[in-house]
Amino acid sequence: MAREMMFAEAIATAIAEEMHRDPNVIFYGQNMAMTDRDSFVKKFGKSRVRITPISETAELGIAAGAALTGLRPIVELYMTEFMLVAFDQVINEAPRLRYMSGGQVKVPVVFKAGFGFAAGWAGQHSNCIYHTMMGIPGLKVAIPSTSADAKGLMVAAIRDDNPVVYLHHYMLTLEKGEVPEGEYVIPFGLADVKRPGTDVTLVATAWMVKKSLAAAEMLAKEGISAEVIDPRTLAPLDVKTIVDSVKKTGRLVLVDQAPRHSSAAVVIAGEVAEQGFKYLKAPVKMVTALDTSIPYSEPMESYVLPSEEKIVHGVKSVLAMHVAAVYRNPKQQRSESRRF
Amino acid sequence: MQAKDLGTDRLIWMYTQMVRIREFEERVKRTFVEHPGVIRGHAHLGDGAEASIVGALATRKENDVVMPSYRCHSYPIVLGTSPQSLMAEIYARKDGICKGFGGSMHLADPTHHFPGTTGIVAQGIAHAAGAALTAQVKNTGQVVYSFFGDGSTKQGAFYETLNLAAVWKLPVVFILENNEYQAYTHIRLEDANAIAGEPLSQKAKAFSIPGETVDGTDVLRVYDEVSKAVDRARAGQGPTLVESKFYRLSPHGNAITVPPVPTQFQEHEAIEVYGNKAEYAAGKAKDPIPKFRSHLIANGTFAEVNAKQIEDAVRTEMDDVVKFALASPLPKPEDAVNYVYA
Repeated sequence: MAREMMFAEAIATAIAEEMHRDPNVIFYGQNMAMTDRDSFVKKFGKSRVRITPISETAELGIAAGAALTGLRPIVELYMTEFMLVAFDQVINEAPRLRYMSGGQVKVPVVFKAGFGFAAGWAGQHSNCIYHTMMGIPGLKVAIPSTSADAKGLMVAAIRDDNPVVYLHHYMLTLEKGEVPEGEYVIPFGLADVKRPGTDVTLVATAWMVKKSLAAAEMLAKEGISAEVIDPRTLAPLDVKTIVDSVKKTGRLVLVDQAPRHSSAAVVIAGEVAEQGFKYLKAPVKMVTALDTSIPYSEPMESYVLPSEEKIVHGVKSVLAMHVAAVYRNPKQQRSESRRF
Repeated sequence: MQAKDLGTDRLIWMYTQMVRIREFEERVKRTFVEHPGVIRGHAHLGDGAEASIVGALATRKENDVVMPSYRCHSYPIVLGTSPQSLMAEIYARKDGICKGFGGSMHLADPTHHFPGTTGIVAQGIAHAAGAALTAQVKNTGQVVYSFFGDGSTKQGAFYETLNLAAVWKLPVVFILENNEYQAYTHIRLEDANAIAGEPLSQKAKAFSIPGETVDGTDVLRVYDEVSKAVDRARAGQGPTLVESKFYRLSPHGNAITVPPVPTQFQEHEAIEVYGNKAEYAAGKAKDPIPKFRSHLIANGTFAEVNAKQIEDAVRTEMDDVVKFALASPLPKPEDAVNYVYA
């Protein structure tokens, strides 16, 4: 049995169910739980559901300290950029404490943050900064693209004994999707094939999954079969599912809303270059944002970000490269295609 | 309870802990000369802080949590952690309390209510408030002791955390260890209160919580001041800022050198950086250990001969600690991949 839910509702449902299940789960952040009418305050009381000042270092640091001593805090951060003023706690505290203690302690905390706005929030509230986080040993990064994943990954994040950054894309907030009834947990490190295909592998997360699926639909009309994979967690990263897909399709297009060098795409490209090079019939293509800050005005914003059309173009370019290589020297198909 | 009601056994215990801290730290310092290379990275000593630390910790109930800064050797010694395991950690050995993963700046012993420290200035203040949040949400009755240096009080984490701890009335006592130096920089160069000739404890006014200043070289005064703060915290009335003033007797840490140049402790910054021998001599004259020793002999708690017995026993204990740590093997290289995730 499944129920249709909005993305944001799926996240809230996961948090409420886990708070009901485990009295050690607490939830706090700015501009929430302001009155007794708040649904979380009503259900779980003011001790476990709290409002904070605009003090991210205190919010995140207190959460890490509470997690060290037996609670499972969820901190509502609203926007990933707000973590930047307290990045020490995200990068250099919560993920390090267990390791430095020689495994004596654990830090089960969830830093929940929206990200990636594409509705005119301009330079400082539209960014994708997961690249840094996915490279920090000790830290996990969940990044759902559907309502079902949003719920299942939030439940897993809360139950995880490690610090987890849970990123939800603002443009998905009102998207509806089927969510299985009852307890629903998605293990971390398990990519999901959102659409099977045979000609090219598309890897995307969050909002870019939606765009990649739309692009795959456009490609299908031209007889091109694209497989769309959503890693769902960037740390741990399910490289195997991606490489297995590339083994089948021979072509890889990485779609990522971040600028090229701070993307997850660049990490995946490196892994596939090492583990899947022999399966590639064409070079890996990265369809990312341009290397600019995000502009305010709509035509410029669209110009900078990946779109369905750019993804389609990226796919066609890797298919064309293969054709060109074969055309030049059919006998040396493999070595030629590697040279691009 | 007040310091004047402390019994003979407790007073002797307090003196013994102060001597144990001093003798442990002396051996850490000496290791840089006697066994160069054994201690890696950066080590920070607690000599001079003994009265402040022991006076505060003597007020603890059994389950109360302690979270200091990276200058952290002394606290677990008092809490009952094996000093062997602490020295072995500082020596980067397998038998270290953190199995060689943390070192001097990152000691942790959760079994003794010492959940860990951070090497980044002031960030541990937030962690301590987090431990207090756990105590409050779970209604455990615990109080958290948050220790940090005067340098920390210029960090955002200090202001953000004290505000929120006051808003939530968290059961935490903030103990500001004013040793006059922020690393190598004298407090008169970087603290607005110090420049104005006012106590740092008045920072508490910004959060509408009590702020007290105490002579941190007087273990009994520290005990009384921290007791009041702990009682207040345990009664649900929220945090207090206690400024404990003392003089750090060693420099900030061992000198920062690049291998193969061996590192060791230089002269105190007062002399090394500022050329102020008089300041250092005045600080040394306030050494808390002879001060408490004289007091205990004068009031008849113990005789000179008993004091010497305690000191000899501690020296033997700490000599054995060094032997143990030196004999402990290094961890296996491949152990490094453990404990990344729980």
